[in-house]
Amino acid sequence: MPILHNNPQLTRNGELQHLLTIEGLPKAIINHILDTAQSFVGISDREVKKVPLMRGKSVFNLFFENSTRTRTTFEIASKRLSADVINLNIQASSTTKGESLLDTIDNLAAMHADMFVVRHAQSGAPYLIAKHLNDSGRNDIHVVNAGDGRHAHPTQGLLDMYTIRHYKQDFTNLRVAIVGDILHSRVARSDIHALTTLGVPEVRAIGPQTLLPSGLEHMGVRVFNNMDEGLKDVDVIIMLRLQNERMSGALLPSAQEYFKSYGLTPERLALAKPDAIVMHPGPMNRGVEIDSAVADGKQAVILPQVTFGIAVRMAVMSILAGGRV
Amino acid sequence: MPTTNQDFDAEALYRALLEQVRAGLASVPEFRDNAAIVGIHSGGAWLAERLAADLDLKARLGFIDVSFYRDDYARKGLHPDVKPTHIGFNVDGATILLVDDVLYTGRTTRAAINVLFDYGRPACIKLAALADRGGRELPVAPDFVGVTTTLANNQLLSLARDTSGQLSLTIEEDNADSAQ
Repeated sequence: MPILHNNPQLTRNGELQHLLTIEGLPKAIINHILDTAQSFVGISDREVKKVPLMRGKSVFNLFFENSTRTRTTFEIASKRLSADVINLNIQASSTTKGESLLDTIDNLAAMHADMFVVRHAQSGAPYLIAKHLNDSGRNDIHVVNAGDGRHAHPTQGLLDMYTIRHYKQDFTNLRVAIVGDILHSRVARSDIHALTTLGVPEVRAIGPQTLLPSGLEHMGVRVFNNMDEGLKDVDVIIMLRLQNERMSGALLPSAQEYFKSYGLTPERLALAKPDAIVMHPGPMNRGVEIDSAVADGKQAVILPQVTFGIAVRMAVMSILAGGRV
Repeated sequence: MPTTNQDFDAEALYRALLEQVRAGLASVPEFRDNAAIVGIHSGGAWLAERLAADLDLKARLGFIDVSFYRDDYARKGLHPDVKPTHIGFNVDGATILLVDDVLYTGRTTRAAINVLFDYGRPACIKLAALADRGGRELPVAPDFVGVTTTLANNQLLSLARDTSGQLSLTIEEDNADSAQ
């Protein structure tokens, strides 16, 4: 649990130095990111889909864990900010030859990196990198967490907030349900922190007991094991991907069983408010956590989430990379 | 210290600017036929709105925020309040009247021209400002200007608009930072 006054993602003046987690991030910074993202949305529709903000800056994508969508959207966001993007193929790199994570970072810093976008299977890896850079006086290099273990996926959390704000405008009168494998989900954790910070009065977690972490109630979350009860009158439904590997872990009987109890079907969706939106961080498993009729239906905003994700990542990177007065 | 300590009559300056622009529109054929107006947020946007209404060009009115094109981003970071850029007409081949409230170093104008070129290739860009306070750091000159004056570096000339839409232009002393 990070301690607020020792939060390595903020400078001593409380400005964003790295983006590692939404936990402990002040509401003003979240709103600043969302407002800035709004200004970036239009750029993708222009003749020249680029602004010169990060011209001459080098962004290193360090994906120690596979991800196509997140890496691609970070790459597009960097390029639309005119930065140079270097994608490191970690599987074929020095780490497999035994180089330590921080040695890799030092080498890339010596190549004059300006920003690291880090995805890692180990919770806390981006923290370790950010702290190492801070401790070694490399405050000019910024770290963006693109998902670490079960811990956090802050840019996904922020783009989810952007999407909710886009469709619902106000956070302070909403019921939001997060459905599925919350135990293993860094997206769920980031979403819960963001929703709470932005003043959403009711956050619900829906899933089988085996996939719900303990202590959710202490985060101000209402827990439901029955999906029909949990979806009643909600404004926003965030579906999570059911990771296939959970099936083998004896946490769940089978995909078919799961769909029967926790799959989002049109009938279940009808229990939510008529104007409820359906979100999913992708990749979707049709017929496991979500029915195709819902995924392709009018209430789904899953593809707009992807589009907004680019603008949100542009906002985060441009806020980090700018100078400090 | 400069001798100009009086506040300006922004409404009178606007009327003077409007007449200059109207005359300019009438005398240049391509300006008359394919004109558009773009205001730079915030003060220039207010002026552009007024000009577009008075010149019957509301259908070809746009607004730009230059935050993503500023040359001090690496020193100062991103402006905390970026306003939406909206250009609803085709920039290719248009003759654009670019409107700012106060012309100073010329850096905002440079950034605004770059924004416009990312939307297309205008045939021509003309520059209008309510006030030119001197102090240019780039080769930029206005085509239409309400008043020309000289101010000290620590003075700010800022345009405000009240709830009824009335404009006012005031000089403020700024000891922290002289950047406009």
